[in-house]
Amino acid sequence: MAEDRKFTLRIIAPDRVFYEDEVEMVEFTTTEGEIGVLPGHIPMTVIVSPGILTIHEAEEEKTAALHAGFAEILPEQITVLAEIIEWPEEIDLNRAEASRQRAEERLHNHTSEIDMVRAEASLKRALARINVLK
Amino acid sequence: MASMRDIKRRKGSIQSTQQITKAMKLVSTVKLQHARTEAEKSKTYFDCMYETVNHILSSVGDMDHPYLVSGNAKKKAVIVISSNRGLAGGYNSNIVKLVTRHEGWEKEELQIYAIGNKGREALARNGYEIAEDLSYLAEAPAFRAAMELSDRLLELFRAGEIGEIYLAYTAFKNTVSHEPTLLQLLPVERERYVRDDQLQDSSKGLMNFEPVDEEALNMIIPKYITSLIYGALKEAIASENGARMQAMDNATSNAEEMISDLTLKYNRARQGSITQELTEIIAGAEAIS
Repeated sequence: MAEDRKFTLRIIAPDRVFYEDEVEMVEFTTTEGEIGVLPGHIPMTVIVSPGILTIHEAEEEKTAALHAGFAEILPEQITVLAEIIEWPEEIDLNRAEASRQRAEERLHNHTSEIDMVRAEASLKRALARINVLK
Repeated sequence: MASMRDIKRRKGSIQSTQQITKAMKLVSTVKLQHARTEAEKSKTYFDCMYETVNHILSSVGDMDHPYLVSGNAKKKAVIVISSNRGLAGGYNSNIVKLVTRHEGWEKEELQIYAIGNKGREALARNGYEIAEDLSYLAEAPAFRAAMELSDRLLELFRAGEIGEIYLAYTAFKNTVSHEPTLLQLLPVERERYVRDDQLQDSSKGLMNFEPVDEEALNMIIPKYITSLIYGALKEAIASENGARMQAMDNATSNAEEMISDLTLKYNRARQGSITQELTEIIAGAEAIS
């Protein structure tokens, strides 16, 4: 595959168009694991799992914390419909740390099942936020 | 003929009403502008979601997914988005009519999820069952609240408590035209998504899912419903302010008309009383001399 091939990445959040440009590669976490998408990918729909989204532009890389949503991958275009997504500069590290601690505590204390699922999800979100800042 | 004092009093009261309607018009103009930019911002997400889901559903082929077929339950859930305040012309009554005059809907079958006091009050008065009141959302739509509502509804749908889910809201076309719209959320209407095969260029091919189709749809459809509810809330706010702006604009110009009418009457009455006084004085003077 040619090195200079690019495709369109659109990331759309409920209240704004988060990102729209030509990119070389995009990496993010799905329910099935981390994936990197290059141009010419077969059509696929994946569900987002909390993690870091890395956009590889020609010159630089950009990262963002992507928490929920899904992505439609087409050979020439990828559309990420993100329910929650933040640039690193929008994240409050202190708050993320606090919520990570809260979630960890709750996981240790083994409360009811719903709480466990919730705590796990919130832990994942907090970790994604913290990791993207590092 | 009404006395001068009566006319004057009437004019004064209309004038103060006009001041109120004028102020309200200005306020809703500003609010409309704000709501419109908000609605436009979320419209991109909404449109993309619609397009993507459309594309996904048209490429999955035949599938027997629970979200795509109607449940057996008779109950229908209707989310009714109206406003918390009145004085918005036909805005609220149009939405209520959309529900009450819908053909084939029995009052007993419906469960109303009311967003907006006015719609809730009118429907409750008509004897509809209000399952939930989320009126605080009518002024400040929150994505999270929309998500929770759609979660609750989907759970009832999966449990077989309700068979269909509808959304009644006022779509915002432009400043002067708003259309009461009824949307079927669940089961997702397949017919709407069946597209001409030629439209799909061959490069797109058949959609793959990761995880498998059914699980993916399980996760995508709730997001789709949420975004529809959220988008509808945003549009409804824009429509509400647009409707109120129009109503208040009409009220202001009606008041204007009445005032000019009354001014004319008042001046005539004044002229009449002066003439009468003069005639009396002259007659009196003549009688003395």
